[in-house]
Formats: sequence, structure tokens, C-alpha cells
Amino acid sequence: MSGVLIVMEQQQGRIGRISWEALSAGQRLAAQLGQPACAAILGSETEPLGAAVDTLPLVSVVRVEHPLLARYTADGFTLALQQLIQKERPAYVVLPHTYQVRDYAAALAARFGQVLIGDVVAFAEGPVFTRQLMQGRLNGAYRHCGSGPCFVSVQAGAFRAEDMESADPQAPSVPAPIAVFTPVLHPTEIRTRPGEPFRATVQTVDLGSAQRIVSVGRGIKSADNIPLVQELATALGAELAASRPICDAGWLPLERQVGSSGHTVSPKVYLAVGISGAIQHLVGMKASQCVVAINKDPDAPIFEIADYGIVGDLFEVVPALTAAVKAARQ
Amino acid sequence: MKIVVAIKQVPERDAPVRIDAAGKWIEESGLQYALNEPDAYALEEALQLKEKHGGEVIVLSAGPARVGSTLREALAKGADRAIHIVCDDLGQRDALGVARLLAAAIRPESPDLVLTGLQSEDLGLGQTGVILAELLNLPHASLILHVEKTDAGLKVKRELEEGWFQFVELPTPALLTIQSGGNKLRYATLMGIKRAKSKEVRELTAAELAVDAAPTVLLEQVSLPLKQKSTQILPGTAQQAAAALVEKLKFEVRIL
Repeated sequence: MSGVLIVMEQQQGRIGRISWEALSAGQRLAAQLGQPACAAILGSETEPLGAAVDTLPLVSVVRVEHPLLARYTADGFTLALQQLIQKERPAYVVLPHTYQVRDYAAALAARFGQVLIGDVVAFAEGPVFTRQLMQGRLNGAYRHCGSGPCFVSVQAGAFRAEDMESADPQAPSVPAPIAVFTPVLHPTEIRTRPGEPFRATVQTVDLGSAQRIVSVGRGIKSADNIPLVQELATALGAELAASRPICDAGWLPLERQVGSSGHTVSPKVYLAVGISGAIQHLVGMKASQCVVAINKDPDAPIFEIADYGIVGDLFEVVPALTAAVKAARQ
Repeated sequence: MKIVVAIKQVPERDAPVRIDAAGKWIEESGLQYALNEPDAYALEEALQLKEKHGGEVIVLSAGPARVGSTLREALAKGADRAIHIVCDDLGQRDALGVARLLAAAIRPESPDLVLTGLQSEDLGLGQTGVILAELLNLPHASLILHVEKTDAGLKVKRELEEGWFQFVELPTPALLTIQSGGNKLRYATLMGIKRAKSKEVRELTAAELAVDAAPTVLLEQVSLPLKQKSTQILPGTAQQAAAALVEKLKFEVRIL
């Protein structure tokens, strides 16, 4: 076993940002280990994507192509990658920690008797991989000790896609060889039938382009208290948003949810009220220019990424802040 | 429909987190434990399917004696019986090791459906259900918000990223990992709590399930995360802190 295999994810012929980040992480890992890197793209028509990846300083690209890979299924992707890994025998398999990868990577690793080190945010010599525990309140350092390949998935935003190109400016940009791998798949092996993706609701707010956001989390305790935060948002001229539990409870509509399952936002100011800062929320808002956190728990992970923090009872702080903002805007 | 719901007991959400002396896990003494929230949604889905189509709901959990209280809670909410894999070394097993225990307990039940929560609130791996499907050779779908029984099997609503969804059809027996928020959670009633006392909780030991416990990944150390930004904490009373923040918003962030 040698080398780092990086699995890139494509949706409707587009490779998402997180896959470029995984590629960057995989290349860094390969450089650290002094081993070659290879990028794999799965689908039914991957030729243009192969060419896009090929412009980067990689050792090789493999297009895993089969009509049964046209639409993602756990069975199809697991089988195809199992066969590729058996052929290539990489020491490491690096994937982007997307919803799709979360659906099959643990099963793929188990097929090799291994365990995926998932949602990794950093790695160091060893290699030792860091992932978050206890809703982001702790970091855990993980080491692979199995006899098979080591499977790793990387968190969105944890590795910079730009790092890759600047890694070695002297490296000649010779196109990497593109191989095509045709897995052996039978329709009967694909047990699930996926439908077309759809969007549930008509969007009435555009959080993605909002410049000011006041966002509310579990700390608000009850639907009856939402107006308290709405008043602050109105005073600031901000959009009201929420973390997942608030939308799960139906206190605010799904279209106002920020996080991995909701919107990704990047306002000038993001004011998090009673939000502890679970990873799933942070990935949706950490690109905000300025983060303000109001929380009673001084150890809440939201303070790790906040520029300004108020440790206190939101039921006292929010009305005081609303009044102060109103006074300042008069 | 015979449904097994694999559930986990985790430290309570607001429990204070202290790193233990060995630096390998958190200090467990004095911690309060609760049912992992995504698992509560898996249980709710199972109970609703049973109410619509009949059958049996079996809750399954691995862990030390304290896990018994979480299993009782599930029984009080309406599960028919429970299986407790009594195991004091759960922390030494990796996700595959734990899934092997659960799979060994599930196999003889031959359920039509196995449900788990999407992920746990402590380790947050989100792998147990997916590995279980692999070990039990069941078709699976993850991040499920809604389950509908069809003539051919199941039609489920799966959450995708950024507000997208899809329906997935799959035959039974199958395994689903349930995302939070698809249903409204029920509370145990007094009658339920009373009834739970006479329901069966079968105890199995990890030893008698005789599965491979050797881990392939090791959690070597836990630590406090490094701050990514230096947070300026605004001190004082609510009024003072609010006034200080308004100053910052006005002169530094410049949005007022």
C-alpha cells in the first residue's frame, strides 16, 4: 500500500469547493508522507471534469466511469471505490465530508475492516488527525492503527483550496496522465432508487446576500421569546436567522436556518444569540466578517470564532442591546 | 413491521466538559446522561410507524449499567422491549467495534427495519448506522426526515445540503439513519412510565456476543480547541456590555 487517493465529488458536472479543499489536504498529506497523490472522480460522464482537475500539479487523475454511477447511490459508489482501491492499493483515501460521503464512506471503510476518521479539521506528523468532539467543545487526536488503508474525510472550510497551487510555484505544470477505470457493476447490486433532488419551500428571504444577520439558538428557550430577538434584528436592520433546533421545533421557518443543512452566509456582522456553536452551525456562518456572540456559557464554542462576546443572560442582554441600538440610530 | 432502534446514552447537552486525568476522554464522574437527541427522533419515527402499520419496536443500546435508565425512558415512550449490551469498555472500541456488537444483537431478531439517529452528540461520528447496514448487508439511506411504507418497501425523504431534499425508494429489510426535526418528539406519559417497569429488558454481555474488539483507529488525546480568533469579551452589566457593543458596531464594524 502506498499513495494518497483523493475522491472528488461532482454534482451535475460541477466539482464543489469542498472537493478542491479535500484535494489540497490530500496533496499536503502525500507531500508529508513522500508518496504520490491521485484524484478520482466518479460518474457516468466525467471527461470534462477529469480535464479540469488535470490542470493542477497532481501525479495522476482517474475517471471512474460507469452508466450506473450517473446518479449517486451508496451501493454503486461503495462498490466502484472498493474495486478502485483494491486495484490501486492506496495507503490513504481522502474524501470531502459532504452529505454524500457521510452516506457511504463509513461502509466503504468497514468493507476493508477499517474505520473512517471523519470530519477532520487538521492533521500533523504521524499522521495524527484532529476532529471535533462534544459538539465542538473538544478536539480529539486520532491515529490509524489498522492494517488496511486509512480513510479520512475533511470538514468544509478546514483546508484552503488555494494552498495547493501555491505549494510549489516552481513545479512544472505538466498535465497529469488521466486514466479511466471501469468498475464492474450490475443493476441488481444497486438496491436503492434515488429521486431527483428538489427544494421544499419557496424562498422569501435571501440570507445568502444579507449584510446583517441576527441569529437565534436554543438559548431562547421558547417560541414565545422569538419576538425579543426579532426586535433586535429590526432595530439593527438585520435579517433574522436561526440554528437548526429552532427550525426543527418550528419556531422559525426552515428558510431561515443557517448551517450545513441550511444556508451558508457571509454578512458584515453576524450576531449569534443563545447559539452554542455546534460544528454544523459554524460551517454555515464562519465566513462572516464580524461575529458577535451572546451566550451564558463562557465555554461555548461560538466564542472560539467570535470577534466580540457578551457572556450573560440573553434575556437581559438582548433588550438592553435593542434599546442601545435604537438610541444610537436616532 | 418489526423495527429495531439503536440508541445511545450521551452526556447531557449542557453538562460541564472537563478533560480526564489521562487526557484521553472527559471526566465522567458527576456527569448527567440523556438519550442522544437524533436517536430520540429515530425512536419517534419507529413509534409512529408502529402506530400506523402495527408491529413491534425494540430499542437496543450498548454501554455500562447506567444505560438502563435511557432504555427505560424509551420503553416509557412506547417501545415494546429493550436489549442492553452490557459493556464497560465502549470507549476502547472504535465505531466498527461498537457496530459489530450492535449487529450481533440485531441479527437473531431479523427486523424489517433498523433505525439509528444520524449521529451522536458526544463523538459525533455519524457512522454507526452506515456501518451497521454494511455488516447486516442491508440497503440503507442516511439523513432521513420522513418514512413512508410502500408495497415494495419504503419511500423516504432524505435531506441534502443547502435546503435540498430527495426521495429514495428502497426494499425492506433496510436501515435508515434519522435526521432531527422530521417529527415532533413525544414525552413519556405517567401511564407509559408505569408500563415500562414491566417491559422486558434483556441483558447481553459483550463477551457472549464474541465480536472482534480490536480498534483500527485510536483516540489518542483530547484537548481544548485553540481559539481561531481572539474574542474581545465585553464585560459589565447587560446595559454596560450592550453600550460597549454599540460603540464597537459604530466605530469598528461601522454598521451603525
